[in-house]
Formats: sequence, structure tokens, C-alpha cells
Amino acid sequence: MSYKMHILVCGGTGCQASNSQGIIANLKEELTNKNLENEVQVIATGCFGFCEQGPIVKIMPDNTFYTQVKPGDSEEIVNEHIIKGRKVNRLLYRDPENKERVSDSKHMDFYKKQLRIALRNCGLIDPENIEEYIARDGYAALAKCVSEMTPEEVINEVKFSGLRGRGGGGFPTGLKWELTRKYKADQKFVVCNADEGDPGAFMDRSIMEGDPHSVIEAMAICGYSIGADKGLIYIRAEYPLAIQRLQTAIKQAEEYGLLGKNILGSGFNFTLEFRYGAGAFVCGEETALIHSMEGHRGEPTTKPPFPAESGYLNLPTNVNNVETYANIPVIMNKGANWFNKIGTEKSKGTKVFALAGKINNVGLIEVPMGTTLKEVIYEIGGGIKNGKKFKAVQTGGPSGGCLTEKHLNVPIDYDNLLASGSMMGSGGMIVMDEDDCMVAVAKFYLDFTVEESCGKCTPCRVGNKRLYETLDLITNGKATMDDLNRLKNLGQVIKDTALCGLGQTSPNPILSTIDNFYDEYTAHIRDHKCPAGKCKALLNYVIDPQLCIGCTLCVRNCLSNAITGIRKEPHTIDPEKCIKCGVCLTKCKFNAISIQ
Amino acid sequence: MEKIKSIADLKKIKEKVQAKIDLREKSEQAENLIQIKVAMATCGIASGSKETMDYFIDNLEKSGIQAVVTQTGCMGYCYAEPTVEITKPGKDPIVFGQVNQQKAEEIIQKYLKNDELVEGIIPVNYNTIND
Repeated sequence: MSYKMHILVCGGTGCQASNSQGIIANLKEELTNKNLENEVQVIATGCFGFCEQGPIVKIMPDNTFYTQVKPGDSEEIVNEHIIKGRKVNRLLYRDPENKERVSDSKHMDFYKKQLRIALRNCGLIDPENIEEYIARDGYAALAKCVSEMTPEEVINEVKFSGLRGRGGGGFPTGLKWELTRKYKADQKFVVCNADEGDPGAFMDRSIMEGDPHSVIEAMAICGYSIGADKGLIYIRAEYPLAIQRLQTAIKQAEEYGLLGKNILGSGFNFTLEFRYGAGAFVCGEETALIHSMEGHRGEPTTKPPFPAESGYLNLPTNVNNVETYANIPVIMNKGANWFNKIGTEKSKGTKVFALAGKINNVGLIEVPMGTTLKEVIYEIGGGIKNGKKFKAVQTGGPSGGCLTEKHLNVPIDYDNLLASGSMMGSGGMIVMDEDDCMVAVAKFYLDFTVEESCGKCTPCRVGNKRLYETLDLITNGKATMDDLNRLKNLGQVIKDTALCGLGQTSPNPILSTIDNFYDEYTAHIRDHKCPAGKCKALLNYVIDPQLCIGCTLCVRNCLSNAITGIRKEPHTIDPEKCIKCGVCLTKCKFNAISIQ
Repeated sequence: MEKIKSIADLKKIKEKVQAKIDLREKSEQAENLIQIKVAMATCGIASGSKETMDYFIDNLEKSGIQAVVTQTGCMGYCYAEPTVEITKPGKDPIVFGQVNQQKAEEIIQKYLKNDELVEGIIPVNYNTIND
């Protein structure tokens, strides 16, 4: 007896944090109570991407997409939808434009422009069930490669597809595989870089949680093509759910004979192991990653030699990112010719982005290369929160730069983003509105890179610290125009001299904000003003003598005794003593206190 | 667990679970497929619509017809339960009344396969707000 209906509940980290586990438990209990447990199946899937509206529950075959579901809604869903066939209107997504309820995801702006290749199975299959992956052509690519193609043919197919590394660098994947194949050694390694470290990025985590087998299959294909029988997944211990799903997946693949010895009777052996990282940003850099895997400090070394020649244990090693791997099975199944028709001339395929910041639809999206920022932010992302004005978007995380209104029509691909002063990076996209101070944003990223610098090379260890201190002076209104020039020069020097990618890109947030928001820097330095009203040190709380009646309420609440005055006469705030906590502003009943 | 030793083994597993995943994949693009809605209100269930629905699900698969079978609420033709509404891509929906398993088989063989109409069509006598 097959199930008549499937209830798909998002089991990604985001929705689990909003108790999607509780929804699943309640749904199952409710179905059992109604004797429907053999007719309706409840499945925990990977991320649907629409995290803003989570937890998501999707009912098939009715194709009904419920948003922001709570465990307490389970009873109504079963009674109304499952038994009586009536959609639960209040849980349907409401179109922000015309306020109408939309029941299927295809008609939501969030999904209209998306093309899901790397995320093809996320939100559709049960990631803990290998058979569901097989039903979606899973392991067919591996079977095709090991039984019908030579390793050279596999590499050529990947090269021809035009796939480039999705971790940020954009190095052609096929070329990397070819180089690793070229070096002769008794033992080679396939490494998966799952050390996703950009603040606000969760692309790789969602793929591993939602479709772990696609990564495993691709790593085996890579092993076959470069001549490696061992794969290592370098993942941060901060991703417990991703680790657990991958472990389950590896175990199942071994049981089914899709990993291990003599895979599908081809004579090809491949096994997978984990290496855990402690969550250091620099370990996303491939040489640092390899040292960390070997049990050494996670510090980068100079290239060459590239890992293709001398990597893990000084043996030839191929390192690719999670999303890069997730594309491989599709390329092998559908052909390079299908894949290289998607995207732009030099950037093929799609890219997954994690939308975050001041945007209406926070979530995970996948769009063809060449989609413009405008489409991503306004159509898929649903525009800026609370109707505010768009100011900038940071791509590429702490290594990238910010893009502004003039870049909105730039088609997103590796080369265009570089030319615009930012970079693709791994896919974090943080949107900022008019209330964000760009100097403070640059300071935030520098704070991160100073913290994450491994300290091996001087430009990064000392240089970034100096950059941070200068930014701190600016946000406190204590900098001069000379400091601004020093910031630019030092930033350029660090870019040119740092040892690894972390240092070479860390000044980018500063340089690009200086380029695009020069006025904002000069306002801080010359006028001691923060136009966005974010930098506390530059704000002044003042009392309007016209409005103040001298009730002394503010005096009694002031934490730093900064307010003085005679009863029933206008009071004043001493800016020297004021700690800008804002208590007086909220306490005043006569709107006499304002920020200048 | 028997290990997968060849492409043929892999295909066998794929075929075994295909129907299950089909239900999810096909529903995403339901308008391109035959849609069969079985009225499953109290009146329908009492007249055996559950058995009708099961029959459709099991036998469509056997006949190799790609269709999405869903349940719906009461269509108002309580005198003719179980009722089934069938929409072929690009065609107007047709409601069939008193669909027991025998009738379901007739619908599959005649209407779904050869586009021949069968007895028991209920003329639609109302509009819905979706039209």
C-alpha cells in the first residue's frame, strides 16, 4: 500500500530552531489518532530556502505551501486539509504586494526566478533515506562514470561544462581535477571543503543537510577521475546536523555498496572519512585546511606547491567546495552541453546565495549566473524591510566589497563582481539600508578578520589591526584626513603582500566603502557626524528648552548624572558625561529630547 | 541489505521508489498532467470514495498513465457519490458520478486512454471563483 499524501516538513537547522521537530511529532500523533498513518507520510526534508517564512510545511500532491507553522497547528492541518480537503487559509503565504493568499510556491516571487541545480533535492527528498535520492537519479552519474567512461572522459566533461569553484575563487573545476590526475602517487585524496565561515552564509550547510548524497556521489566521481580511493570531508564541529546527516548518508551508501570496495563491479574503491575543524575562518583557505586536517595549526603556506601536487600528507589532493560537488552529478547525468547553456559566457550554471540583512525574504536562493542584483534583491528578496531605502549589498562576506545602487543592474557572475570592486565569494549576500553606517559596517568586517587572522604573516596580523584602530578613530570622530589616506595605502599594501586569501582580501570592505561612500567617511572625520546615526560617539543628546518643562524625570533616570537643571526650568545635558544610553529619550513625556 | 552490484540493480531500486517521489515531483507541475480529484467528504467516504481513490492510484501506475490523484471536499453531488473530477491538460474538467471500482476501470480504459466519454457524466451547474 503506497501513501496517498506526503507532508514535507523542513528539517533544516533554521526551521528546526523554530521547532519543526515538534510539528513532525504532532502531525504523526494526529495522523495516528485518525488512523491515517498508513495513508499519509510525514517526511523531514532539507531546506526549502524560504527561511523568512519558516517553518515550512508542504503538502503533496495538493502542492500547498504552508508558512510559519507552529506545532499547535498540526491538528488543524490534519482535520481540515488532510481529512476534509480544505486548505488552512491562515497558514498560506500572503503576497506582500496584493495581500492575497498564495498556496503553491510556483506563484511566489521568491521562487519564480530561481533555478535549482545544486539545491535540486533540498525540500523534496528525505535526506536520511538513500532510496529517495536514488529515485531522483542519485548515483546514476557515479554508475555511468565508473562503468562507461574513462577518468579522462569524466574530466573532459567537467571541463567542458565550464563549472568553476563555488567556494569563492572561481577556479575551473575540470582543470583542477586534471592537474591532480597528472601527478603520479600511490595515494591521492579527494577533499571536500565544508568549512563555511562567512558571517551570515549557510549555503553549504543547507546542501549537506538537505542532500548529503549529492556531495558523497560527486566526491566518488572525483576520486575515480583523479585516481584517489580516499575522500575526506573537512567540516566544522559547529554544524552538528550536517555532520549527522552526512554520517547517516555515508553509512547507507556503504550498506548499498555505493561506497567501499569494487563499486558497482567496476573495480573502483572509494571510502569517505571526516576531519573536524574548530570553526576558524582561515581554515577555508585550502592550504590552511590541509594543515588543520593533518593535525597541525590551521595556518596557510605559500602556493606553489599547489595541493594538486603536494596536499594532505604531501600527497596530491583535490580540494573542492560543497556546492561545487553538488553540481557534478547533474552535469554527468544531463551532460556538459546542457549545463554550459545556463549562465553567462565565462560563468556557467547557477549560484546559491544566502540572503540576509535588511531584506524581506531572508533565505536561501539559487539563480542562474547573469541574474542581476536588482532581480535578486527586489523580486526574489522582496525588497528592503519596512519600506526603507536600499543602500548597499555586501557580497563575498568579509573578503568581498559592497555594491551600491549603481551596480543593481550588473549581471551577477565571477568577472562582473570583481570588476565592480567586490567578489562572488561563497555566496553570502548581506543587504543594508539607509540606517546602516558604512564605516561601522567596514569596522564590523575588520573586527571579524582581525579576530580570525592566524597571525602567521605580518601584513595580516599587524596591518589589519592598524586598519581596525584607524576605523575606530573615525567612528569616534577622532581621525584626520591623513588617517583616511593611510587607510587606503595600508589597505593596498596588505592586499599586495599578505600570505593567503584571508589577508589579501581583508581590506576589501574598507577600500570598497571608501570608493562608494567617500562622503560618509569625510562626514565622520571633518564634521564629526554619522549620517546614518549609528556611531554612538558622534551622536549628541540635546534638550529643547522650548519643550522642556523641568519635570526632572530625566534627571532621576540618568545613569551617569549628565543632566542638570533647576525644577520647572529647562534642563541641559552635559555631553562630556553623557554615555548615550538613550534612557532619557524614552522617559521624556514631552518629546523634548532629541539626537543630533 | 543486498549490495548494489550493477547499474541494473541501481535501476531496480529507482523503479521501486519512483512512484513515491513521482507524487512530489509531478505535483509541482500538475497543470501539465491529468488531474483526478476524488470527493472525499463524509458522504463520499460513506459511499466508498476511499476505495475508488486507492483503485485509481494503484491502477494508473499499472497502466502507465501519468496523473496526479488528489482528494477534495464535497462537490455537492451527494446523490451521485463517489464523484470524481478529471481534468486533462488544456481541457475543461469533467465530473463523473457513482464511480465505483468498475466505473473507475472504465474511465481509465476509455476516457483517459482513448478520450472516449463514458456514461455517468454530471453536467456542471455552477461556476467556482477560480474560473
